[in-house]
Amino acid sequence: MITAERKSMEELINCVSPYRRLLLVGCNECVTVCSAGGRKEVALLSSALQLHFMKEGKPFEIKEITLERQCDPEYVEELVAHIDSADAVLSMACGCGVQEIARRFKEKPVMPAVNTKFMGASERQGVWAERCAGCGDCVLGLTGGVCPIARCSKQLMNGPCGGSTKGKCEVDPEIDCAWQLIWDRLKALGMTEKYEENMPAKDWRTGRGAGPRKIVREDLA
Amino acid sequence: MENFQPVIVAFCCHYCAYTAADMAGSKRLHYPANVKIIRVPCTGKVSALHMMEALRKGADGVYVAGCLEGDCHFRSGNTRAARRVAYVKKLLDEIGIGGERVEMFCMSAGMGEVFARTASEFTEKIRSLGPNPARVADPACTGTAC
Ligand code: SF4
Ligand code: SF4
Repeated sequence: MITAERKSMEELINCVSPYRRLLLVGCNECVTVCSAGGRKEVALLSSALQLHFMKEGKPFEIKEITLERQCDPEYVEELVAHIDSADAVLSMACGCGVQEIARRFKEKPVMPAVNTKFMGASERQGVWAERCAGCGDCVLGLTGGVCPIARCSKQLMNGPCGGSTKGKCEVDPEIDCAWQLIWDRLKALGMTEKYEENMPAKDWRTGRGAGPRKIVREDLA
Repeated sequence: MENFQPVIVAFCCHYCAYTAADMAGSKRLHYPANVKIIRVPCTGKVSALHMMEALRKGADGVYVAGCLEGDCHFRSGNTRAARRVAYVKKLLDEIGIGGERVEMFCMSAGMGEVFARTASEFTEKIRSLGPNPARVADPACTGTAC
């Protein structure tokens, strides 16, 4: 999933302060799963903003709506019924959702309520960790299912570096050394010969190296 | 301000704190009528939103009362609730309402005295803090439902 974290209340209060009528829009997908911007978080942020502005004695109206997916135009279209009664939109979706609203409703200020972080997985209740950096040329088949780009601090293709100690990364002892994980997994699979293959320098053009990317499926487009 | 009667919402779990309130009642122990009890199956059911909405709708203070540590009927509901209370405290500090208006307490079903004392002490604490600043500033808010 794409993970995100709510911005500080100070930042949010500052950015919505100029407006009287706010449309707060959540998303039912990734940000719901990582507890950043689903229906519940929308209700909580709405409650907090209302309490704050009540205390300030400032007139403030907020309307809450959570879309099935904010990154799909057909769902964003549902906002047509609500957009005119709002001075601005505060989106709790990832950056993709915020941009879809901004693209559809050109005259409306749209602000992000969350900081979009990374593509990750749940480690346990309330904890999410980075797993994939979207490099566009997946090597997980060679690395025992552990990503050296997203999970090695130095994005080494032929690790580990000299800083790997007792399974931990030198950058932070809280981080598991990705190359230790790769080695352990390959060993368990009886596939250590994969480790001996030197991986060539990565061609980053499949990633962000060649500018914004696009996928076109001719049969569907 | 002298006549200020705070409205306190107490989310009490069925198995411990609510039963302790019952115990306080049957022992004829006095506790302030300011405390409005909402019985929940487990404090783990109480979300941050329940606490925030209680304040937004005019409560001056909110507390969550569950079982003693390690004694939750559903294993960890009370420890989860304690973490949510801590989260709401931080949120309330951030929006200028003040985190001291919410609290978590633990007690067993037999602790009628603790229930009554907790209710009195928390009410006094909120009385000394004064009314919920959102309620004071918003004329539309009556303290019951707004
Ligand atoms: S190798 Fe690339 S595509 Fe595969 S998980 Fe890592 S970053 Fe993602
Ligand atoms: S210690 Fe391991 S994870 Fe950290 S930079 Fe070196 S190889 Fe990568």
